[in-house]
This record gives sequence, structure tokens and C-alpha cells, in this order.
Amino acid sequence: MIGGAQGTGVDTSAIVFARAAAFSGLNVFGNREYYSNIKGEHSYFRVRVSKDTIRSHVDTVDMLATFDDETLVRHAPEVRKDGAIIYDPDLESNKLENIATIEPPVRSSLTQELTKNGLGFTLKDIVELARRRGVHIYPLPYLTLLKKVGEKFGETSLSNLNRMVNVMAVAASFALLEYDQDYVNDAVRKQFKSKPKAAEMNVAAVAAGYDFVREKYNGSYGVKLEPPSSKEPRLLLRGNATMGVAKELAGCRLQTYYPITPASDESEYLEAHENIDLYGPAAAENPQLAEAATIANRASITVVQTEDEIAAITMAIGGGLAGTRSATSTSGPGFSLMAEGLGWAGMNEVPVVVTLYQRAGPSTGLPTRHEQGDLRFALHAGHGEFPRIILASGDHEETFYDTIRAFNYAEKYQTPVIHIIDKAMANSDATMPMFDLNRVKIDRGETLKGPLGAPNGGEFERFKLTPSGVSPRPPVGTKGVLYWNTGDEHDALGHISEDPTLRTMMMEKRMSKLDLADKEIPLSEKVNFFGPKNADITLLSWGSTKGAILDAMDWLSQDGIKVNFLQIRLIHPFPTEHVKDLLSQSKKIIDVEMNYSGQLGGIVQERTLIPMDQHIVKYNGRPISSEELYEAVKQIAKGNAPKRLVLTHGA
Amino acid sequence: MALKLTDLKTEAHNDWCPGCGDFGILNAVQMALAEMNVDPSNTVMVSGIGCSGKIPHFVKTYGVHTLHGRSLPFATGIKLSNPNLEVICAGGDGDGMGIGAGHFVNSARRNVDMAYIIHDNGVYGLTKGQASPTLPLGTKTKSLPLPNINQGINPIFLALAAGFTFVARGYAYDVRHLKDLIKRAVLHKGFALVDVLQPCPTYNDVATKEYWAGEGNLGPDGKPKPRTYKMEESGYDPVVHTGGDAEVADKIHQAVQKSFELGDHTPIGVFYQNEHIPTYEERLNQRMPTYRSNPPAKQEIATADGTPIANVSKLLEEMRV
Repeated sequence: MIGGAQGTGVDTSAIVFARAAAFSGLNVFGNREYYSNIKGEHSYFRVRVSKDTIRSHVDTVDMLATFDDETLVRHAPEVRKDGAIIYDPDLESNKLENIATIEPPVRSSLTQELTKNGLGFTLKDIVELARRRGVHIYPLPYLTLLKKVGEKFGETSLSNLNRMVNVMAVAASFALLEYDQDYVNDAVRKQFKSKPKAAEMNVAAVAAGYDFVREKYNGSYGVKLEPPSSKEPRLLLRGNATMGVAKELAGCRLQTYYPITPASDESEYLEAHENIDLYGPAAAENPQLAEAATIANRASITVVQTEDEIAAITMAIGGGLAGTRSATSTSGPGFSLMAEGLGWAGMNEVPVVVTLYQRAGPSTGLPTRHEQGDLRFALHAGHGEFPRIILASGDHEETFYDTIRAFNYAEKYQTPVIHIIDKAMANSDATMPMFDLNRVKIDRGETLKGPLGAPNGGEFERFKLTPSGVSPRPPVGTKGVLYWNTGDEHDALGHISEDPTLRTMMMEKRMSKLDLADKEIPLSEKVNFFGPKNADITLLSWGSTKGAILDAMDWLSQDGIKVNFLQIRLIHPFPTEHVKDLLSQSKKIIDVEMNYSGQLGGIVQERTLIPMDQHIVKYNGRPISSEELYEAVKQIAKGNAPKRLVLTHGA
Repeated sequence: MALKLTDLKTEAHNDWCPGCGDFGILNAVQMALAEMNVDPSNTVMVSGIGCSGKIPHFVKTYGVHTLHGRSLPFATGIKLSNPNLEVICAGGDGDGMGIGAGHFVNSARRNVDMAYIIHDNGVYGLTKGQASPTLPLGTKTKSLPLPNINQGINPIFLALAAGFTFVARGYAYDVRHLKDLIKRAVLHKGFALVDVLQPCPTYNDVATKEYWAGEGNLGPDGKPKPRTYKMEESGYDPVVHTGGDAEVADKIHQAVQKSFELGDHTPIGVFYQNEHIPTYEERLNQRMPTYRSNPPAKQEIATADGTPIANVSKLLEEMRV
């Protein structure tokens, strides 16, 4: 774990740490916690590394790298016995009472603990408290070391030197783990590739950190981080950027957004990569690709920052009307404003994708923290009834493929698609297998290409009643035809009609597309099922809890507890029959969700009439860890847990 | 083949009240489009909600009747997707300056190349005559229980402040003049506003057709003197010719002054026009050189067998470890 005040490079150090580990072939999972604040409040990053697959964070800290006082105060108690703390000895005399950003409850419990141990209230005492618990303590005199680095580069500005404390903390951590320094240098150079001078100075800071640790603490920690014997090429993914790449590949060419945490990073990524290269390496062999090459040699995605989320959704719908694969990304408060637009898209059968990054609500809630509280809202947002498709991805890899599906579904079923992910995924980094681009297919359904003839004086029955419910769709602006759109009930041409018979038929046409989607979408895209068919416990969940659940299941099976896991990915139309089949064989169903009321559990019960036996819920704004989930399931297996178990871990 | 006025009429039943100013606006729109000989399937009329919102159903181009106050972002999405389309928005004063005021202001900041016609009648007609944003303070139209408690917005002043690059006002019953304004607005390079004084014979019994024709406003000759006059007839020049800062400031200044001439001597015509401000499409094309030649709606995204043609290998390479 590495922490510091916001704006001091915590994120940089985390990504350098994660890359340095991943470069040698290790697997990495990291997640970031931060306040709704620009500068000064505490943020931290947890990174786990392993030769095996890892998919979640844990609560126990093996190694805590700090360069400020607050991180030490907050997180020292989380470091396990035999773990390690790196800290700046220059801060030893700092007093607990002078750290303004520590909340009173944290301060008072720490004060009590220090008093009980006969200690004072300085950082030195906090370090001493950890030492007494059996934690290895490693002072790292940052400024002294950095001044020496600065001398070599003619850099004397203290504020410039201080910018390298984060990289030095990373270097010292790896040095204690006796990890190959070259990987760290590579990671630093990649991070600073646009600033060669800064890169070399930071590489020198890495060397200084390594040299100091080798000289003073050589081999004392006793834990070695060794790379795996073979290395597969993989991707180190962050949620926001993964979504961005997937959207470009999917053919999304208009993205609208209003700034909101944690969604805007995706739009900024798209804007930074708005010019799109065309044609994969296969173009040379594939004549169809070569043919496409004559149409245009470059593409672009238009990213518009709008005045509000109402404009964001309606502008994206405008794009959808005109035949552009269009999307908007937002979080709960923004999605609240989109409800009316969503209904218009449903009524006018416009393909549009809403990427919903959940964060902790209600209202402003905890704007930078995690929750899965918007499932019911996504399902019901908007007045009246219209079809919508809702997908929920469980990790970065699923996010990638689901994004492409979201656009396909939107066009095939000509209706809004809500793709739900969350803050935990948006801000986590994980190593994942290389994407198999051959699995990616684009299906535009019954989108027609112009120019078209004029069968009826140019007027086209855009909303023609068809057996499937889907009507052929020439985008607005297709030459040779004309039609209308309206949020009022309408006839086949799109003109307003209040005819009761037509109304009934049009409602049935629109809603029947859900039946079609239910029939056509393969089961493999609707649910994931992990673990043995017969188990004592079935975990039911959705979204980013997937990682913690899978990691916890490994430990539970080592304890002889037989657990399987049903992950719902297609929330709507709900795969009722299949879920019913699976759950009717379960002995005990535990609903695991990051919200107060167990929203998915409620939906499952509503659909299948199968009640949940237990709930494990968490709504303190911090993602679920595999450790706390493991403990909770064990407690339930022993039979001494309340029906609703509330998890509370996290800083 | 030249487009005839009848080619632009639809079969949809028109349920506006007899004598509604909307008919004048509809006729002016159809005449303008016919004179410009537009391709109807390359033209989109986008509207909001209210009586004015129904206008696309009566014009034989593509029509998109959207949500209350939201015609501008819908239209922006359409236009940015396919900048070759001719996009014309229409909405009421409540639609544009009440519920949609945020879009009114911010669309002007973008300066997308579209025209926007405001049916400005001072009342919410379809909900039976409540006061709307342009109704002056203290005015009591017939279905208001008490006089209007809010100040009225000056749409011309607001449009100038927001950054519209074409600002005009027309009168619904001076159809030929209005037609010319609409043509100029459509041809203008940038976001163009035509605010149309539009009598509502059912609910606005103050600013009526007779009022605008001069009822109770006798001239020196003892005859009713119309309350509108055409700025261009007095030699007013709204156009920014060279685009220099001083010239722009002067032109905006004179337009603001004109915007406060109200009541018995209300100017109609073009207040301000500046084509030296780049459109949003031009700004996009600066950053994305293929935006205009290969706009979003026209881009191929896959081969016939569904293989995506975007090459994301450079992006993935960045993430490779």
C-alpha cells in the first residue's frame, strides 16, 4: 500500500509499482481510494502482486510505503505482524494532533491505543506501536537521498526534488523485496516517456533508494518477490481506459458527457485519442478490409462536453438518430437527469448506449467512493414502459467485450442499452489476458444504408409493425426517404396518433423486442457460473464483486466449504428460466451486493419466486475485499451469522 | 427539379387553433425551403414540446419532435453526426428560454451551423395559457388569474450575450419578411436565431395581431401605425464585415441598443451577423482532420462480415506488459 496527500503523486507511484511488477510477468491487482477533493486530503493505492491469478484486494497490508505523516497514522494499524513500514524519519516529531485531516474518531481511537501502551502522540510513537506488534520498520531519509540525486542533475529546487519521493518509496519497497531493479527503471521510463530528463532523474532516485536499502537493510525483510519462470504477454488495464478502447473498436463515433466522478476519465481518454487508426494488421490478407480502405483512411470520434446530462443523453440520441453509434458516460447523479431522454429513445426506438459508473449515493453521497446502488434505478428510470437492455460487467475483460455487445444490442433491438460498471472497476488496475480481437463482431441489425428508393412518395414507414418488433431503420438524413420521430405515440410514419388500437399495437411492438433479445442473446452472455454444480452454498452477485468472490472461493474450497457462484450479467431482459433452474438446485443462496437492500436479490426473487437465504451487503463506500467476504461466508457456513451480514472494512 | 411549396406539405392533420401565428411561421419555413430548393431528405426539422413542437409533422422533410426544451441538444447530436444535413430547430419561448434556457446559452457557445426559430408568444399555449419567459412583468393575459409576477426575458439581448452569431427577429404575419429571415438564418455559417413575434389568438389577448398591426397606436396621419418596423429600411447594417475586435464590439453594441427598442416601435429584421467565428464543426475539423470528409454518421465501422475496422493496436500496446 502506498499513500499520501492528493496531488503528491500517489497515483503515479501506484502505476509505476504495478507496471514494474507486471513487467516481470507477475499478476497485479490494484485499486485507488481518494476523497472528493483536489489537493491535500488523503488518498491511497493498494497493489497486490502474485504469480497466480488475483482479482481483488485484501484488507491486510504486507508493506506500507509512506512519505507523509497521515498515511502512517491511518494505515500503520493495518500492517500485519512481520509486515513492513517505510517512513520518513524527518517526520518523527510530528504530532498526531497537528494532522488536520484525520477525522476525530480515528484520532481518538489511536490516542487511546497509544496511551494504553504508555506512548506519546508523535509519529515516532506510532512507529513504535507498530514495531511492538512485530512490524519491520524502515526509515528512509528521502530528502537527504534526493538532494544527492539532485546534485548530479543540477536540481536544487526542493519542490522539484520532493516530487520524486513517491518513486523513491516504490524503489525502496522493491529493494526490500530484492526485486530486479531493471523492471522498476523500465516502469519509471514508461511513466515519464514524454519527459526524458524527469525520467532519468527518477531513475536515479530509484537507484538511490535501492542503494540505501541494500546498504542499510540488506535481506532483513526476508520476503523475496520473484518473477514467474515464464512470462505471457498481458494487458495492465484500468477500467476507464478499457472502456475507451472498447468504444473505439465498437465503432462508437459520438460520445457526450458532463464532468462527473468516476465517469469522466473515460471521455477524457476518448478525447485524447479522438483520431482513430483504421484497419488491423489483417487488412493486407483480408480483401474486405482492403476494400474498406478505399472508403476512408482515418476515422474520428467526436467527444462533446455538454452543459448538463440532459444535453448529454439527448445529444447522444441525436447521434443515434443520424446513424452514428453514440454513447454517453455518467454516474448516478447524471443518470438521474437522463431519465426523460432515455424514455424518448425507447419510444423512438433509437440505439444509444449509456455507460453508468455507479458511485455511492443517494444524492451527492460519497462522490469518489464505491457502491452498487443503482441497479433498480437503471431498471426503472423513466416514466411509462419501454424496452431497455441492461448489462453489468464483472471485471475489465468483461467490460471490454460487453461494451461491443452493448452497441450491437442497441442497434439490433433499436433501443437504449445501459451498461453498468462502478467506481471500483473504473479506478482499479489489473493484469488481464490479451484481448482476442477475433471474438469481436459488429452487428448493426436492420440499420439501412442509403440512398434508398422512394416506395411511398419518399415517406418511409420507420415504425412499421413487423413480426419481430424490429423495423428496418434508415438513419435520419438517408437520401431518398423521409419519416418523423416524436415522443408522442405515433403511427408507422412517426406522426402523432392517439388511436387506441394503434397504441396497443405499438406498445406491443416495442415491448416485444425484449422477448426477441431474450431469445437471441446467448446464455454465455447472460450469466457466468463458477464452481461445482453441487455445492453447499451458492453465492449470487453481479458486477465488480466478482473478483473478491472468485478469490474467496479459492480459500473456501481449501477449507472444504463447497461454494459455487452465479454472476448475473444480463440484468434485463432477465434470464428468468435459466436462473430459476440453477437456483432451484441450491442448498443455500447468499446474495452478495454492495448496497443496502440487496437489489439483485430482490429482482431474482421477483422473477423466479426463489427467496435469498442470506445477504452479505456492504455500503460504507469501500469495495468488498476477498478477505472479508471469505470470513463472512465462513461464518454463514458455521451457521452463526445473522440473515443479513453487513461488512464494514475499509479506510 | 425545382421544389414546389406543395412538395413540402404533409398529410398530417394540423390541429393548431384557427388564426394561430404558427401558421405564418409554417408557411414561411416552407417558402424558405422551397426557394432554397433543399433536398427534403437532407433536411431535418427538430422541435421541442408545445404547440410549436408539432411543426415538423407539417413539413415534408425529416422531422424530429423531441422533449420539452431539448430540441437544441438533439439537433446538435444530429448535425455533428452528419454535418452535411440542413438542420432547423423550432420551439416556443417557454421551450427555449424557460425549461431549455441552459441549452439556449450553451448552444450559442458551440456555434453549430444550424438555425433556430423561436415561436415567441408569451404564453404556454398547450397547457392553457400560463405566463412564459417573454411575457413582460405585470402583464395579465386572459387565462392568468393575476398579472405576471416575473420579468420578461429579452431574447435578443440574451442571444447576443450568449454568443449567437446570427440574431434576428421576425413577425409571424409578415410571412415574406419572415421567409427571408429564415433563409438568411439557414444560410448563415453558424448558429442562427430567429425570434418570431407570434400572436396566440387563444391565450394572449394582449400582444394580438391587432396590437402588432397598430390598434390604439395612431400615427400623425391619424391611422393605426404598426408597432413593428424593419431595421433594414432605416439603413441598419447588422453584419460584421472584417471581424476585428473593435468592429465586433461596435456591432454588438448597436444590436444591444436595438434589442431594447420595444413596445410601440419594435424592430424586426437582422440585429447581428458574424461569420468570422468558427463553427463547432470547423473547430472539430481542426483537431480531427477527417471529421468533415468522414463524419461520424458516414464512417464505416466494420466490414461486411462484422469485423471492426478500427485499429486499436497502438492503444493496446500502451497497456501491454
